[in-house]
Amino acid sequence: MCLGVPMRVVEINGDMAVAEITGVRRSISLQLVEDVQVGDYVIVHAGFAIQVLDEAEAQETIRLLQEFGVQGG
Amino acid sequence: MSGVKFVEEFRDGAIARGLARRIAEVARGLPEVRLMEVCGTHTMAIYRNGIRQLLPENIVLISGPGCPVCVTPNDYIDRAIAFARRPDVTVCTFGDMVRVPGSSSSLELEKSRRADVRVVYSPLDAVEVAVQNPGRKVVFLGVGFETTAPTVAAAIELAAAKGVDNFFVSSAHKVMPPALAALTADARLGLKGFILPAHVSAIIGVVPYQFLAAKHGMAGVIAGFEPLDILQGILMLVEQVAEGRAAIEVQYTRVVREEGNPRALALLERVFQPCDAEWRGLGMIAGSGLAIRAEYAAHQAEANIIVEPEQTVVHPSCRCGEVLRGLLHPRECPLFGTVCTPETPVGACMVSTEGTCAACYKYGAPAEEGSVGG
Repeated sequence: MCLGVPMRVVEINGDMAVAEITGVRRSISLQLVEDVQVGDYVIVHAGFAIQVLDEAEAQETIRLLQEFGVQGG
Repeated sequence: MSGVKFVEEFRDGAIARGLARRIAEVARGLPEVRLMEVCGTHTMAIYRNGIRQLLPENIVLISGPGCPVCVTPNDYIDRAIAFARRPDVTVCTFGDMVRVPGSSSSLELEKSRRADVRVVYSPLDAVEVAVQNPGRKVVFLGVGFETTAPTVAAAIELAAAKGVDNFFVSSAHKVMPPALAALTADARLGLKGFILPAHVSAIIGVVPYQFLAAKHGMAGVIAGFEPLDILQGILMLVEQVAEGRAAIEVQYTRVVREEGNPRALALLERVFQPCDAEWRGLGMIAGSGLAIRAEYAAHQAEANIIVEPEQTVVHPSCRCGEVLRGLLHPRECPLFGTVCTPETPVGACMVSTEGTCAACYKYGAPAEEGSVGG
């Protein structure tokens, strides 16, 4: 129930936005988040962006995880 | 969702095996470490990705009460059914609730009997249904944790601002920290730590969990929902246990901030106030519910639409309560897989897509570990 997917914001109209994932577009509310720009990834739950995804943090986690891949093979 | 950015990167099999190897190294020589995941989305991901099968024998995962549909008690379902039976009421709900059995019916069954029950994607859609149907009373079933509650608060605020006076919410919203306190106090579980919820934490942040470590010596890691997130979260927990530490750490740093989401928290505060709430399996937990504040009483369903729900009864053999407490493995329930299946569910843990029994039925290995035993 708390599932939320990372969608890319492609259009902003005031408190509403259009977000996209794998070519599927959805109208979402930006009421719960601040400072969202077109191109940002947001976590979408029940029609609302509930948080902006921090891309630098995501890349850092991916970098850390890849070290396990190198070790794990 | 193949190829999706910020999803696919967290599903790599080679990395999963590397993480599993590292967990086994750190866990070597430790006594049994019992960890509980308290979010239904984690439960489903753990089963679906076979994560238990990747862990050494002494790392035991137990599923807790993390599915909001599952912990919603029968009398709430019966009341929702009573709303749906009124000819002047439209019930709007998230899809998970439709098939949950009440005492003698379900919303799905009522719909087949001509009740107006509609599944919506967002609470805002329910407000729109009310706008489009001014002659009907529209009741939205507010079920969910801190992830979902702000979206419902936004809908209530919108309805109030626009004067949509035929929009009502029946709130069964719950908050997670008091339930964690109740589980921590249950010595039978013997927990060492929690895999803490991803998106609840996106809203509430890190601070509300600190008592688990500071007061109870519990390890806690907020982990994302992808398989590598969960494995990395488990590794972080096992490292804490191996080092004799107890802290609340964040694996899901790409989404969870220390302070959570202040906007969503402010909205929650404006619309809801804490109340005591009944959890299926855990009983009454003080301060664990969210009631609609007096300022928004005009949108509170129970106060404005009088119904007399039927006498609530619970199936005498259903063991959902013990499953939700982590005291019973689904396979130990006498109804599991025979009388109670996803097609003909008896208990909420089987009907909800994120219920422990549904996850176990769909993906579980024949004899995976993970309960205290009945």
